[in-house]
Amino acid sequence: MIRPDIFTETATALKNIYETQLPELRQLKDWQSKYRILMTLGKALPAFDSEWHRDEFLVQGCESKAWLLHYQDPVTTQHFWAFDSDARIVKGLIILLLVQLNGLTSEELAHAKPELLLNELQLQQNISQSRSNGLLAVLNKIKAVI
Amino acid sequence: MNFNLPALRQQFPFFTAHPDWIYLDNAATLHKPQVVLDAMHQFYSQQNSNVHRSAHGLSQQATAAFEAARSTVAQFLNARCSHEIIWTSGTTAGFNQLVYGLMGPVLQSGDRVLISSMEHHANIVPWHIHALPFGVELDVVPLTADYRFDLAAFTELLKLKPKVVSISHVSNALGHIQPIAQIVRLAKAAGAIVVLDGAQGIVWEKVDVQALDVDFYLFSGHKLYGPTGIGVLYGKTEYLALLRPLLGGGEMIKTVSFLRSSWNDLPYRLEAGTPNMAGAIGLGAAILWLRQQDLVAIQQHKQGLVQRFYEGCKQIPALELLSGQTTNAGIVALNLKNEHPADLATLLDQQKIAVRAGTHCAMPLFQAINSKGSVRFSFACYNSFDEIDRTLAALTTAVELLTE
Repeated sequence: MIRPDIFTETATALKNIYETQLPELRQLKDWQSKYRILMTLGKALPAFDSEWHRDEFLVQGCESKAWLLHYQDPVTTQHFWAFDSDARIVKGLIILLLVQLNGLTSEELAHAKPELLLNELQLQQNISQSRSNGLLAVLNKIKAVI
Repeated sequence: MNFNLPALRQQFPFFTAHPDWIYLDNAATLHKPQVVLDAMHQFYSQQNSNVHRSAHGLSQQATAAFEAARSTVAQFLNARCSHEIIWTSGTTAGFNQLVYGLMGPVLQSGDRVLISSMEHHANIVPWHIHALPFGVELDVVPLTADYRFDLAAFTELLKLKPKVVSISHVSNALGHIQPIAQIVRLAKAAGAIVVLDGAQGIVWEKVDVQALDVDFYLFSGHKLYGPTGIGVLYGKTEYLALLRPLLGGGEMIKTVSFLRSSWNDLPYRLEAGTPNMAGAIGLGAAILWLRQQDLVAIQQHKQGLVQRFYEGCKQIPALELLSGQTTNAGIVALNLKNEHPADLATLLDQQKIAVRAGTHCAMPLFQAINSKGSVRFSFACYNSFDEIDRTLAALTTAVELLTE
């Protein structure tokens, strides 16, 4: 069973990251400091039940795994996610995508280009070329809910 | 001959284009010396014509160059004749032709095939596609505790009378050199046809297919300083003659009517379509280049690189080394305890160290050793000790970031 509060708890955590760590990341210049923060972002998320590490939620990246849960509010039509990854950097990068996308409606989601933030932070130069970490597959799965 | 690293490295234009990178993904693909690029450029700019079938003199020149490359490979492997060299697009394509070709003439329902735990997917999946659906059974030689080929278990499994034994010369994921002389001898004594996957082995040591008495040997051009898209399936004439062609069309036929076709002689029978002419010529040039090098000195240099890197890794706490230090063809696979290999590789990438992370097309191996994968450092003749030291420093930085 998917615990419904996982989505509200994840939304709160993402909002905090957006308000606290993201401005910090924008300030930093050297890659070590940026990655140090990126790798700790996942700790702020609510615990992801290992029971949800199921194939139906799995996004098949090339070398690391990611699991995405999705919920759409029937009243507001907003989309919400909860997720996990077995690699810390990929998890941090997914967080940086979802801080921009969580709570959007389908129409807003269709126009969103969350990958631009990764370019701006110089964390992932070109998401479409990153076959290895599966980030593009994650983004495609996020957008597939539209 | 002697070994002059700066002079050797100078011959690889890639490093001039990327002076700030350290390339340690050599098991994935090697860089090419200028002579290989020149040979291919010369073919396209001066010799390009389709081989074999055109009546004109230009085609004859192209055919001569193409067939000279085949002879170069035959001499390199010490094959009995050049028609024992079948051009493929690479080891994977070679395995697909081989396994498909064995089905029927050699392998029937109920027959067994023996592979090892260290095989690349190219020596696993073609058996799944072409053989298992027709009732062939696959047995797997286990690993020893130190992730080596288990010869004792192999000897036991040979009692099941496999028709084919197909083993890697060098493990692509771990770098371990398999005891191929013993494997071939024991398997032949048990009556099996023996196949060696030479994708990683061919660049490590001189292979004499007659002295080894191996029946089939496969490798890829791009892992031997040659171009991509070209590879070799060596086979003894009597076994190649048995293989059913996987692909039909082009030069591989003798006669065709609407209802049936008869096939050409070796090697053309197994080379459907216009071949990769420039690729074959590039691979020929790579082999001629390699034959001018001091192979023993290169081997010692690579052993020295492994040694230096391995000793350095032992000084970094929490690193788990999966590869052994000896009987190693220049690959070190490792993990940082409790961390995903992809994270470690990303932090190395940030420092311009090119390595591969993951399961290296050998998923069953990592299932067998209960691991998510590894970070693989693979070394080539053109790597320097200075690069090893800089890599160790970068590795220390990455480990510190991940463990703080």
